[in-house]
Amino acid sequence: MNKLIVSPSPHVHGGDSVKKNMCGVILALAPALLVSLYFFGLGALIVTLVSIASCVLFEAIIQKYLLKTEISIKDGSAFLTGLLLAFNLPSNLPVWMVIVGAAVAIGIGKMTFGGLGNNLFNPALVGRVFLLISFPVQMTSWALPAKLPMTYTDAVTGATPLGIMKEGLMKGETVSTIMSKLPSLQDMMLGNIGGSMGEISAIALILGGIFLLWRKIITWHIPVSMIAAIAIFAGILHTVNPEHYAGPVFHILTGGVLLGAIFMATDYVTSPMSKKGMLIYGTLIGVLTVLIRVFGSYPEGVSFAILIMNAFTPLINKYVKPKRYGEVIKK
Amino acid sequence: MSDILITVLTLGLLGAVSAVVLYFVAQKFKVYEDPRIDDVEAVLPAANCGGCGFAGCRNFAEACVKAETLDGLLCPVGGNAVMTQVAAALGQEAVASDPKIAVVRCNGSCANRAHTNTYDGAQSCAIAVSLYSGETGCSFGCYGLGDCELSCQFDALYIDEKTKLPVIDEDKCTSCGACVKACPKMIIELRKKGPKSRRIYVSCANKDKGGVAKKACSVACIGCSKCQKVCAFEAISVENNLAYIDDTKCRLCRKCVAECPTAAIVELNFPPRKEKVEALAD
Amino acid sequence: MKTFKIGGIHPAENKFSAHQKIQTAPLPKQAVVMLGQNLGAPAVAVVEKGAEVKVGTLIAKAGGFVSANVHSPVSGKVAKIDEVVDASGYKRPAIIIDVEGDEWESRIDRSEDLVKDISASKEDILAKIADAGLVGLGGATFPTHIKLSPPPGKKAEVLIINAVECEPYLTSDHQLMLEKSGEILVGIRILMKAIGVTRAIVGIENNKPDAIALMQKLAQNELGIEICPLKVQYPQGGEKQLIDATIGRQVPSGALPIEVGAVVQNVGTAFAVYEAVQKNKPLIERIITITGKSIEKPSNLLARIGTPLSELIDFCGGLPEDTGKVIGGGPMMGKALLNLEVPMTKGSSGLLIMPSLEAEREKMRNCIRCAKCVNVCCMGVEPYLLMSLVENEMWTEAEAAHIMDCVECGSCSFTCPAARPLLDYVRLGKNKVGAIIRSRK
Repeated sequence: MNKLIVSPSPHVHGGDSVKKNMCGVILALAPALLVSLYFFGLGALIVTLVSIASCVLFEAIIQKYLLKTEISIKDGSAFLTGLLLAFNLPSNLPVWMVIVGAAVAIGIGKMTFGGLGNNLFNPALVGRVFLLISFPVQMTSWALPAKLPMTYTDAVTGATPLGIMKEGLMKGETVSTIMSKLPSLQDMMLGNIGGSMGEISAIALILGGIFLLWRKIITWHIPVSMIAAIAIFAGILHTVNPEHYAGPVFHILTGGVLLGAIFMATDYVTSPMSKKGMLIYGTLIGVLTVLIRVFGSYPEGVSFAILIMNAFTPLINKYVKPKRYGEVIKK
Repeated sequence: MSDILITVLTLGLLGAVSAVVLYFVAQKFKVYEDPRIDDVEAVLPAANCGGCGFAGCRNFAEACVKAETLDGLLCPVGGNAVMTQVAAALGQEAVASDPKIAVVRCNGSCANRAHTNTYDGAQSCAIAVSLYSGETGCSFGCYGLGDCELSCQFDALYIDEKTKLPVIDEDKCTSCGACVKACPKMIIELRKKGPKSRRIYVSCANKDKGGVAKKACSVACIGCSKCQKVCAFEAISVENNLAYIDDTKCRLCRKCVAECPTAAIVELNFPPRKEKVEALAD
Repeated sequence: MKTFKIGGIHPAENKFSAHQKIQTAPLPKQAVVMLGQNLGAPAVAVVEKGAEVKVGTLIAKAGGFVSANVHSPVSGKVAKIDEVVDASGYKRPAIIIDVEGDEWESRIDRSEDLVKDISASKEDILAKIADAGLVGLGGATFPTHIKLSPPPGKKAEVLIINAVECEPYLTSDHQLMLEKSGEILVGIRILMKAIGVTRAIVGIENNKPDAIALMQKLAQNELGIEICPLKVQYPQGGEKQLIDATIGRQVPSGALPIEVGAVVQNVGTAFAVYEAVQKNKPLIERIITITGKSIEKPSNLLARIGTPLSELIDFCGGLPEDTGKVIGGGPMMGKALLNLEVPMTKGSSGLLIMPSLEAEREKMRNCIRCAKCVNVCCMGVEPYLLMSLVENEMWTEAEAAHIMDCVECGSCSFTCPAARPLLDYVRLGKNKVGAIIRSRK
């Protein structure tokens, strides 16, 4: 007889794995990737490939030579970080900057904390914000969408809708006049606007979000609370002064709100554990995003808002606990 | 010009006020501490291992300062050398004690002790022990999952790949006793290090009857009492089918080692026996 | 459809032995009757080596307040009273009986007739249940007569019968309901009389529609007995979850179900109560499911306590070649066996044979903080946090994080994408924290 295996219960496993979750998110990002390849063409392809390849490579190198641990690139988390980083970059960013961003994302954002699961901040956003602060010009000159363009750093550039809005308001123009200069709502839904590679198409991102919810990779709490908070806060401001503050629909469809709400804020490692905590976290990201956009000097605030709330996640985990059985006695 | 002046003045004033406030606060909340505590702490190894029985080196230092004599207080890591320094700092007599070392009372390597099942749970002895009797027929021996290795702060202990038993590095072991506490099977014991690190001990913890123990492990103590009879110093006792050598009585004569039918008694750091016999013959 | 409110998972059901008629297992040649078969103190032997015993002879008396009598499951001669290796590999005392024939004690009514009238008084019922050595047959093996005697000042309002069988693979309760529904209902009546309640609820998961229909039909004529179909969700068979699912009350942390007026009994126990009270039959045999993907004949067997498990496996076609693990009980909360010679005990509800491919655990990875363990935890605690607290031996913090609330259902380990042994650590922590709490008193 074979030697029997002995272990504590349970003796069955649900079959879920880190790899399955990561691959699920990567799959959910596919529609958005296709849209950006269509509108930004060659540039999008180069930036995406370089970002993914360098993230995976940096992780392997650091694990092999610095940490001397097992190389875990097969779990797909470095691939995902690379893809998300690319989604947060303009498609005409020079290759070397992408590589620097990847090094910061993996090296500083992830590995210094001890690798997957231990990082305090979303690695892709750490890379993105590092680039944004270091190379503000390149990071804010966005390629304009075209049909399968074969251009890269030589692409025609323009501003994002949020940039146009910010600039217009600074000049003292009213919201309605600026709105007339902006791309139509339909273009925003499809992705025919300037911006970071992954953030342009609302429909593609929502499709990905539905897939994630269906596969139970994420729960609704963070995206819904974040978008609702933006809608309500922006709505209040808009009602108070419609000529000075843009409406909620504009805020939600532009910039990285959907990308952030569905894919960045829901990052397992850096978001709270309890559902109540997730609601608080999502709501505060929404509020911070609008605050930064409306009152700050940057036109876009999602990345900063998420990073700020990442820092609060341990605190939320400590004080916001899930509802326990028998906590409230019903008689 | 006036801009700079205002800035310098404001900050300077703020600094001065803060300094005054801080001074008074420091005076108000000053806690008197015996300066000798710092002196003693300075000579301690600062490992905070807890081997002395106190929470950390500072607590041990406090205890030393409070105590009237240093008898019974020992920093196992520093040993007599450090205790002499502590005594000097306090102007007291040093009390020497025998150096000790951890020994593993199980020799049930994979070769000696056949596996009857495979453990596949969390890699923790404590968890495995609360679950069942272990991978072999012996329910007293080492589980080899390394709780002791985790507990050792001095890298003095590791689980051998081949035997799956803990190995103690004599040079690094400070006899702090962390592994003794960590082992859920209570296999590890602190024993007298002995002259030239020579030690004899029963490397088995099996309390089963002889036949059962022997069936599970070829080097098990079967409680036959032969060692007890051969010992001239009454250092060996047999209880619950298990022999134990009292290290305060043992004179390291090695007679029991030769007598043991299962080689359960282990001698360490002795010169090879054959040579010794020849030397005597000469 | 009702179910419990916090957490829960859906493991694959794999009920291969469903609708297999209950077969009587052959008598063993030698019965090994463990003295510690119940939660609490082991029983104390009252027979000597060489004593002649019949089926149903008392061979060991309850050895404390929380303890239960043990009766001989076979007739023959006591060969010896010795220590044998139990399911966890440690040696425990047992009475070993050489089987000769199958002679029963004369007081036991062996006829199949359904005795409906309950003539025994409340006190008689409790005494008979205690005499018969009844324990909870769901697996926890808590002595039944103690559970039926609420502490002073507490009043039971409702009896809840646990017929959920939420463990995958197991089917013994299901089959028992299909074949012995009349007896079970009388058993429920007896239990109701014993605790003095007028309402009983039978919770059955709706993956057993035939059992629900049958029980509903029979319960129509029984005043106060309700059949409550429940949505399939693990661990609904947990006492606390079942109370929440059926009557919508939650037992406060650290308290017993009687705090919310509920007494929970397993459906198998209800049947055993019927036999003990109406037929004078002590607990000497029970239904056990022998199942697994690779075993030839997955079956529900009526087997005597003390039968070596290997004989039961042989009866169902023998142990398959590629067996990696044999589990006493279900896959979620059962105990892996290291030796198939261990005997059946009162708590053996099933025997699951797992092929080696499925038996090994996945390699553990870093926690990715996905919160899935938190979401599935049926007690609403945070397994990921408890595991790291236990790893770092932070017992005070673990106690404050309600580690003692854990019911060890295993949903966290089942769900974890990083295959972390969450429950292994939480269980260790419960041991340590429990000891600290007891030492405080």
